[in-house]
Amino acid sequence: MAAYLLRRLIQAALILLGVTFITFVLLYILPADPARQIAGRSATVETVENIRQQLGLDQPLYIQYGRYLEGLLHLDLGRSYLQKTEVATLIAARLPATLLLMVGAIVCELAIGLSMGLFAAMRRGGRIDQSLMVVSFVAVSAPQFVVGILLLYVFAVYLGWFPIGGYGTFSHLVLPSITLGILGAGWYSRMMRSSMIDVLRQDYIRTARAKGLGPTTVMAVHAMPNAILPIVAMIGIDIGYFMSGIVVVESVFGWPGIGQLAWQAIQRVDIPIIMGVTLVSACAIVIGNLVADLIAPLIDPRIKLR
Amino acid sequence: MKRVLLASAAAMAIAAASSAAQAAGEIVITYKDDVSTLDPAIGYDWQNWSMIKSLFDGLMDYKPGTTELIPDLAESYEISPDGTTFTFKLRPGVKFANGREVTAEDVKYSIERVVNPETQSPGAGFFGSIAGYDEMSGGEADSLSGITVVDPMTVEFKLSRPDATFLHVMAINFGHVVPREEVEKWGADFGKHPVGSGAYNLTEWTLGQRLVFEKNQDYWREGVPNLDKITFEVGQEPTVALLRLKNGEVDIPGDGIPPAQFLEVKDDPEYKDRIVEGGQLHTGYITMNVNTKPFDDVRVRQAVNMAINKDRVVRIINGRAVPANQPLPPTMPGYVDDYEGYAYDPDAAKALLADAGLADGFETEMYVMNTDPNPRIAQAIQQDLAAIGIKVDIKSLAQANVIDAGGNGTAPMIWSGGMAWIADFPDPSNFYGPILGCDGAVQGGWNWSWYCNEELDAMAQKADAMTDPAMAAERETLWGEIFLKVMEDAPWAPVFNEQRFTIRSARMGGDDALYVDPVHIPVHYDAVTVTDAQ
Repeated sequence: MAAYLLRRLIQAALILLGVTFITFVLLYILPADPARQIAGRSATVETVENIRQQLGLDQPLYIQYGRYLEGLLHLDLGRSYLQKTEVATLIAARLPATLLLMVGAIVCELAIGLSMGLFAAMRRGGRIDQSLMVVSFVAVSAPQFVVGILLLYVFAVYLGWFPIGGYGTFSHLVLPSITLGILGAGWYSRMMRSSMIDVLRQDYIRTARAKGLGPTTVMAVHAMPNAILPIVAMIGIDIGYFMSGIVVVESVFGWPGIGQLAWQAIQRVDIPIIMGVTLVSACAIVIGNLVADLIAPLIDPRIKLR
Repeated sequence: MKRVLLASAAAMAIAAASSAAQAAGEIVITYKDDVSTLDPAIGYDWQNWSMIKSLFDGLMDYKPGTTELIPDLAESYEISPDGTTFTFKLRPGVKFANGREVTAEDVKYSIERVVNPETQSPGAGFFGSIAGYDEMSGGEADSLSGITVVDPMTVEFKLSRPDATFLHVMAINFGHVVPREEVEKWGADFGKHPVGSGAYNLTEWTLGQRLVFEKNQDYWREGVPNLDKITFEVGQEPTVALLRLKNGEVDIPGDGIPPAQFLEVKDDPEYKDRIVEGGQLHTGYITMNVNTKPFDDVRVRQAVNMAINKDRVVRIINGRAVPANQPLPPTMPGYVDDYEGYAYDPDAAKALLADAGLADGFETEMYVMNTDPNPRIAQAIQQDLAAIGIKVDIKSLAQANVIDAGGNGTAPMIWSGGMAWIADFPDPSNFYGPILGCDGAVQGGWNWSWYCNEELDAMAQKADAMTDPAMAAERETLWGEIFLKVMEDAPWAPVFNEQRFTIRSARMGGDDALYVDPVHIPVHYDAVTVTDAQ
């Protein structure tokens, strides 16, 4: 186990190194010139050149990248070109909001997805099953910005149940969490349905029924726990999906997370922020996957970590 | 479970209560983008421009809602007869938020800080007429030889050339006065911890969420500001901000009315009176590179001017602009009211092309920034030009790429939308030098038509040497003439001047002009009022 963990951690470090390298090269070959963005339109060519030198942007790629890695070793993500603030400060200020939104989304996708899958499996082949599967199909295919705006119109503007965007209380969290979680809910309902159908066919369920247990007990005690476990193991992998979703969801709902930060930085070619957010997202995905892999054998002893 | 439900119900009730009307004297303003900085040396964005003006003061300012200069931190000023020495007497007793009095030393420090290359200020170039600028911006000197502190309340500027725009320069954000000890205390983070002498103080900044401005109780100007508190909520999509305005939670959506909702709101009887329309110091134009064939022929450029149906272009953007016939926008001093420009006349345009030996038309390229509505505008222009035989290939690219193509002279035509030009201060000279003068026709410059007319440059120099305020009218007339001469050579086809639309809640009061202030963009926070305040 320890050896496995060590190997995985080394792999994780290499993946992150790769991510920084690819992002750095992509930003390097970008035609937009950050020095010109900083200098403003009244600047002369000399001023722009001067800023380029100060930021080290006149250096060849490998030196710039080396400097960035050196900073990373000291946990220094650099300073924003335009805000002049430390990137670590900016990310730290926004990370809690993003994490909260992810937790909300996980709760939503499990609650909605698992219950839909459960009902569908129990009424397999019936109308409920069919209509639930159509709903899940829609949930998987709907673009997040459409879902977000729709929920906002109906539940915040029209019905007035929730605030119109923003951050702070529990009720602010509900609509963005549903928007971010609905895609996962669609997947999970399908997985839960087939997993449940699978379990219900097993011999031990027949045994449970045969010994005279009621249908509710069979479902709740014997079938559900076994059907849910393999699905729970997938949550770690969802973090990757969430990372791409937060950019949209945070913009629609005015949620002050790192997705908004990244989007605004991209528009302004604020490279240190783009690098920082990419790195933090990559870390989250790597950790999510690692946790998912570590949990798997706990759930299913047939899986061995090697 | 019951407890959880109760807790969430309580949370919802709290949220509902907080979404009710704002307290008297307090307003809420939203912006889509985060505020990057409130450092006057650095800030150059839509959302922080007017905020900085409310936190800091410069030597000069403008009468609210107008382009008329008034002294601000300066109590009075004197201009030497030759127009190269400006002496400002400071208003005594004005204090920074940290309690210290503003002195002439602070003025000198603040401007030198902007010019210092290490500050990386996007506004350094505005101070180019102060003696010693080249030495300091080139890193050879660490102060500006042209600024002298005569006594603690008097500061004198020596210019390397007479500059009639200098009072405007002293009103621009980059010249706003900062206290040295606070800048040194915070270093690069000063932009997040601004300390100024303005009408408001920053009392809270939660990154990515909200900024709170509270009234500066010691502000020197009697009765200013009218409001006790402004909360700026950032990260709010304009569409969502508009919904919140309708719900009474927001008083001004800072980014205006989103184009998709514009007609709907404008025709709504409940809201149409709350929309304020105002001019901007903006012109949208097509540049024609006079160094490339066939745009080196003035007749071809004039033909393009006549071929464009500007009314139709304005309709494409839902009437959020007025057609333009000259480089200057109508709100700019120097605009010539009775100039007719090139009227829309495709037949005359065709005849001109035939004159130039291009009866069969020609093929060319037009560069355009790739965000809506610019490609749609470019397509309308493309159709208009096709009607006189000019086949235009539209190159729709990211902003930086279009600016590059303009600055290195590879673009035959550019539609300026989304990039140029909004004046930094309300003076016609800002609409000439960088975009139509010889100085701008350089690699990396903004004169994308590469038009360089020495005679006009000389006239411009003469106009900018008229520093005597008594000559202001004469100077404006001269500038008007310069721009009409530009139109004779037609390096541009001016298309429209964008209008600005601000929507406000019913409780907001004060003159309409404050909501589309030409200088305190987008809204003059110091002067607006709420009607329900005591």
